[in-house]
Amino acid sequence: MTEVSPVLRILPEVLLTLTGVLVMLLEPVIDIKASRKPLGFLAISGTLAAIAATGYQLQLPPGTAFFGSVQSDAFSAFFHFVICGIVLVTLLVSLDYFEGHTTYVGEYYALILFGAVGMMLMTSSVELLMIFISLEISSISTYILAGYRKRSATSPEASIKYFLLGSFATSFFLYGIALCFGATGSTNLFDIARGIASGASPLLLTVAFGMMLIGLGFKVSLAPFHVWTPDVYEGAPAPVVGLMSTAPKAAAFAVLLRICYGAYGTMTHLWMPLIWILAVLSMTIGNLGALTQRNVKRMLAYSSIAHAGYLLVAFTSLAALGIASAGFYTAAYAAMNVGAFAVLGYLSGFDEKRTNLIDYAGIARRHPVAAAALSVFLLSLIGIPFTAGFFGKFYVFTGALNSGNAWLAVLGLLNSGVAAFYYLRLLAQMYMLPAEPTLEPNTMRARPGFILGVAILVFAVFALGIFPNRTLSLARDAGATFTSHPNPVPQPQAEAIPQQ
Amino acid sequence: MHLALFVIFGLFCLGGALNLLLQRHPINSALSLIVVMSSLAVLYLLLGAEFLALAQIIVYSGAIMVLFVFVIMLLNAGEEEKTHGSRAAYLAGIPGVLALFCVLASTYVTLRTSFGQARLGNFIVTTEELSRVLFRNLLLPFEVTSILILVAILGAVVLARKEQ
Repeated sequence: MTEVSPVLRILPEVLLTLTGVLVMLLEPVIDIKASRKPLGFLAISGTLAAIAATGYQLQLPPGTAFFGSVQSDAFSAFFHFVICGIVLVTLLVSLDYFEGHTTYVGEYYALILFGAVGMMLMTSSVELLMIFISLEISSISTYILAGYRKRSATSPEASIKYFLLGSFATSFFLYGIALCFGATGSTNLFDIARGIASGASPLLLTVAFGMMLIGLGFKVSLAPFHVWTPDVYEGAPAPVVGLMSTAPKAAAFAVLLRICYGAYGTMTHLWMPLIWILAVLSMTIGNLGALTQRNVKRMLAYSSIAHAGYLLVAFTSLAALGIASAGFYTAAYAAMNVGAFAVLGYLSGFDEKRTNLIDYAGIARRHPVAAAALSVFLLSLIGIPFTAGFFGKFYVFTGALNSGNAWLAVLGLLNSGVAAFYYLRLLAQMYMLPAEPTLEPNTMRARPGFILGVAILVFAVFALGIFPNRTLSLARDAGATFTSHPNPVPQPQAEAIPQQ
Repeated sequence: MHLALFVIFGLFCLGGALNLLLQRHPINSALSLIVVMSSLAVLYLLLGAEFLALAQIIVYSGAIMVLFVFVIMLLNAGEEEKTHGSRAAYLAGIPGVLALFCVLASTYVTLRTSFGQARLGNFIVTTEELSRVLFRNLLLPFEVTSILILVAILGAVVLARKEQ
C-alpha cells in the first residue's frame, strides 16, 4: 500500500478543485459583458479529467491514504463515476440556461465543481469528520445554487429554507458523530466497526446511528424528513434541481452504505427495521403526495422522495447484493431524473414560463423532440422495460425478495403502480391535449450543449436498460469491497499516538 | 480545589443557560450566553485542555458573541412576544429535553465503569497532542475545510451582491 502516493487517492477531487480555482481566477479576466461559456468549457474539461482520474484509480489496489481518512476502492470509484457524470451533464445543459439572466455564471460553474469535490470526498471518506466536512461543502454549495433565480420570489425562499433545514440536519449528523466517538473512542469507520465488535456501549451506538440516519435522511429527503423537498425543488432553477436531486443524494447514500455495512455491519438487527420503516414511509408518502400535485416540479419532487424510498429497499438485501443494487439504482435514477429536469428547464426557460401540468398541454406538437426525450425519462421513472428504471427496480425488488423481505417488495411494487398514474398524466397532457392557445410560442432554440447533454442521458437510460451488465458488474465490484475483505488495509489511525 | 471550582463554574454555566432561556430581551439572552461560554472554558481548563479553553474564549465568547450582538443591534430586535408557537415549544421542548436528559443520564449510570476509552484525560489533552491529531491524523479534513470556506465566500458574493 505504501507505494501508492496519497495524492493519487484523491486525484479526481484535486483535479476538480484546481479547475474550480482556475474558473474563479479567470472569471474577472473575462470582459463583464462577454459570454461566460469558455469557463463552462473549462469546467467540463475538468470534469472529464476527473472521470479519467477515477478510471485510473480503479487500476490501483484499494487502500487508504492521509492517515485513514480516505479510501479509494471500487465503491468510491463507482460513485465518482455517477457524480462526475451528473455534473458533466448538468454543466452541458446549463451552458445556455443561465447566459444573460444572471451576472454570476462564472461563480455557478465554480460552485458546481466545488460541490462535486465535496460529494466525491463523501463517497471515498472512511472517517466521520472527513465525511462531515465534505457533506458541508456539498450542502452549502447546493444551498447557494438553489437561490440562483434571484429576481423571483420562490428561489431565495427555496435557498433559505434549504439552508435552515439542512443546517439543522447536519447538526444531527454531527451529534451522531460525537456520540459514536463517545462510544468507541474513534471517528474512523473501521475503528468504529472494531469497537462495536469488542462490545462498546450499544445504547450510545444506537442513538448515534439514529442521529446520523436523521441527518442523512434529510439530505436524501426520506419520508419523515422530506418536508423541504417540494418547496426547494419548486424554487430552484431546473438544472440545479436535476443536480441536487441526484448527486448529493448519491453521495449521502454512499455514506449511509459505508456506515450501515462498513461500521455497523455487525448490528444489522439494529438498523434493518429502521430502514424498513423509512423505506415504506418514503415510497408511500412520496407517491401519494405526487398524485395531488398540479405543479410539475413539485410532482417530480415528491417522485424523488418515492425513489429515495425504493433505493432504501436495496439496503435490506444481503450485503454485497444490496450495495450493488443500490449503486445501480443510483446510476439509473441519476440518468432519468437529471434528464427530466433538464428538459423541463429547457421547456420553461429561466423565468419558469411553464409550471403547472396544464402548461404542458399539447407541447409535443410544438417541441416534438424535447417531448420525446421527456417521455423517455418519464417512462424510465415508471420502470417500463428496456429503460434504466426497469432494471433498477428489478434488482432492488429481487434483492428484497431474496433476503426474505417479501412484504417490502410487495409494497414497493404497489407503489410503482400508483406512481405510474402521475407520470402518465403528464405524458397524456403532452401528447393527447390540444395546445394551450394563451401561451406564447417558445422562442428558445435548442443549443448544442443542451442537445449533447440530453442525448447522453437518453443513451444512458437505454444503455442501462438494455445492456445493464457492464454497470452492474462495476456495482458488484463496489459491493464486494465490503464483504470480500472487511478490513482491506491496516489502519494507521489505530496506532497509538507516539508519546514523546 | 478542583471540585470547588467545578461546582462554582458548573452552577454559573447552568444558571447562565437558564437565564438565557428565561430572558425576554435578546441582548440579555446574548449576554447570558457569554456567561455560559466562559464558564465552559473554565471547565475545559479544569480538565487540562488549555488550548480548548483558550479557543473557547477567543472564538465563542469573543468572535461569535460579537457577531450575535451586532446582528441584534442591526435588526434592532425588541422583546419577544408570546405566540401560539412559543406555547407549542414549551409543550414539546420540555418533555424532549427531559427525555434526552434521561437517555444521557441512564447511559452514564449504566456505563460508568466501562467508559475507559473516551475519557478526555486519556489522550487528546495538551496543545501538543491536539495539534498532532489536527495536523497529522486529520490533515486532509483540515485542508479540505479551505474549500468549504471558499464555497462560503462564493455564496456571499453570489447571494448578497446585486445583479448587474
